[in-house]
Order: sequence, then C-alpha cells, then structure tokens
Amino acid sequence: MIVSLILAGADTVASGAMSIDIWEVIRNGLAILSLLAGLFFVLGGTLGVLRLPDFFTRLHAAGMTDTLGAELILLGLIIQEGFTQLSLKFFLVAFFLIVTSPTATHAVANAAYQAGLKPLLGKYKAPDPEDIGKEG
Amino acid sequence: MEHMMAYVNLGAAFLILISMAMMLGRLLIGPTLYDRLLAVNSFGTKTVLFLCVFCLVIGRPDGVDIALLYALMNFIATIAVLKYFRYRALDVSLLKSHITKGEGAGK
Repeated sequence: MIVSLILAGADTVASGAMSIDIWEVIRNGLAILSLLAGLFFVLGGTLGVLRLPDFFTRLHAAGMTDTLGAELILLGLIIQEGFTQLSLKFFLVAFFLIVTSPTATHAVANAAYQAGLKPLLGKYKAPDPEDIGKEG
Repeated sequence: MEHMMAYVNLGAAFLILISMAMMLGRLLIGPTLYDRLLAVNSFGTKTVLFLCVFCLVIGRPDGVDIALLYALMNFIATIAVLKYFRYRALDVSLLKSHITKGEGAGK
C-alpha cells in the first residue's frame, strides 16, 4: 500500500510536473564546461602541431594537450551520461587513453632522439615570408 | 534539455572533425618521419574522441566499443611503426641483450 503510494507519487513527479530539474541543469552545465575545456585543449594542441617550428615542440603540443583534452571531453560525456554501462565504457576509454597516450609520446620522442634528430636551440627567429615555400 | 545536449554534442563532434582535418595537414607537410608518425597518433586519439561523442549524438552506444578497440590498436600501431623504422624488420626482439652493437640502429 505504502509502496504503491510512493510509486504513484514518483510517477506524478516524473511525468506531470514540467518544472526543470535543478540537478539536471547543474549536471549538464558541468558537462558543457568540461566539454568546452576539452575542445579548447584539443584545438589548441592541433594548432600547436601545425604552427610550432620544431619536432620536439610539436610533440610537446600534441602529447600534453591531447592527453588532457581527451580526458576532459570523456569526463564531460561521463557526467552527462550518469551511472550507466555506457559511462563505464567511456571510463575504460579514458583509462586506456591516459595509459597509452603518454607512453606513445615518450616512445616517439625517444625514437627521434635516438635517430639523431636534434632539437632547435637558440633564439627563435620568425620565418621570412619570402622563403616559406622553399623549406617544407 | 535533451535536445540542447544533443546540439552541444553535435558541435563538439564537428569541432573534433575540424581538428582532425588540421592534423591531416601536418601529416602531409611533416618534414620528418617522426612528425608524420606524431600526426597519425594524434589523429587516432581524435578519432576515438569523435567516435565517443558521435555515438551519443546518434543515440547508438555500439560505437563506444569500436572506440575502445581503436584506442588500443592506435597505440600498438604506433609502437609497431616505430620498431619497424628503427630495426627495418618486425621480428626483432626488443630485449637489449639481443641487439648486437653497431648493428640495427637505423641512423
């Protein structure tokens, strides 16, 4: 009897009231914040890979920001999904990314260093606009 | 609320796609081999992110399994390509005692 009353009450709350659930608003706001931060890092890292002058600086941009950006985007997806099986899978993806991405970055850096690729040292000079096409 | 989050996810997927296209630029113009390898690795990470976000957009959670698989395959592929370009063969043991001095380090 009591259980059925509680269930009926829950049903009217869930279906009848059209008011906005405050917890859902907070959850979605946090998810949007996390997604935006992750997108900022991903796009910034990509821009760094395109524009930085040297292999090791490019590696820095890609390795650092990709790890953090991926984790933030997956955190945003987990927050907006809640405790479901899908968010467990998102968590697994985030776990594997946070294990493998720095390892791969380290392996690429080590291989390039062993192969004799030297970092660009000294003061940075902006490339002359006239000989931009020749270098690449 | 549901519709708004779907639009947010769609925008995120679109921005990740733009980022992937920019990473393809580094893949094409990269001066050294390692630049290209770095671009491929980063492109794979972004593919995983795009799959995860896009699965939520279209409402079919099957693709997250593919994203999980892709994250692992991406790492293994990077290590395999690095090993191939170091030793010019894939059936070399990575233990140090098997490497004879002066040989194999592909400089």
